[in-house]
Amino acid sequence: MLTLTHFLMLSGVLFAISIAGIFINRKNMILLLMCIELLLLAVNFNFVAFSHFLGNADGQIFVFFILTVAAAEAAIGLAILVVLFRTRASINVEDMDSMKG
Amino acid sequence: MLIGAAIGVIVARNPVHSVMFLVLAFFTSAVLWLLLEAEFLAMILVLVYVGAVMVLFLFVVMMLDIDTTTMRSHFMRYAPVGIFVAAISVAEVWSVVWLRSQGLPTLVRPEAAPADYSNTKALGEVLYTEHVYAFELASFILLLAIIAAIVLTMRRRPGLKVQDIGKQVSVNPADRVRIVKMQAEKD
Repeated sequence: MLTLTHFLMLSGVLFAISIAGIFINRKNMILLLMCIELLLLAVNFNFVAFSHFLGNADGQIFVFFILTVAAAEAAIGLAILVVLFRTRASINVEDMDSMKG
Repeated sequence: MLIGAAIGVIVARNPVHSVMFLVLAFFTSAVLWLLLEAEFLAMILVLVYVGAVMVLFLFVVMMLDIDTTTMRSHFMRYAPVGIFVAAISVAEVWSVVWLRSQGLPTLVRPEAAPADYSNTKALGEVLYTEHVYAFELASFILLLAIIAAIVLTMRRRPGLKVQDIGKQVSVNPADRVRIVKMQAEKD
């Protein structure tokens, strides 16, 4: 029997995996963006689970808005990435030190 | 399976494989959301994420053509740190969600909705009445994202031949054609 606790644990593990991904793939900006998407998915999972178990639709409305903002963020992030790759020919985070004195 | 796909995202050697694993993760979570009776959001997740955002990611990954071997050279250096942080956060979530809820009365799973219940209709009724300002704000954010993405990626190539309409319209006929009066030649 699945309870709320199981879903919360699942989303907690998903969140932890994506945080580990941010640490492990700290070189590649595309993978960093994908890890952020996974983080948002874990958060959305919590919202949907609580919304179901409390019988309230507001949580799902919130997931709707999070999805909107995440899509906008992905679009702008990838656009910045494309421009960056065009000018620097690299998406390595450690190459971006031109503002360092 | 969702956990496996998520692990695949972060350890895959090829970015294209990472994107595919991410698609798998989104699909599995959409199925789990169906289990939680959030049918509309599950469909939105598949359509918007798998259909649009992931295609965008795939497009960028393939367009940028990154040298992945140098990217991966420091993989093992940061792996212990990442696993350590992940273990700490799992332990914290576990202690809060699992240990402390043992004595508490658990939330009972609600009854399955009747067959004529429409999740989409229920969401729409709340979305367009109570949350209408947030809805308009979300649409504005999307518009902002469109404009920002276009402005960022647009570029003017130096050798490109384009029309300048204003210059064409405002040209003076006297600059272009010189009318010469001359005698007609008669034999």
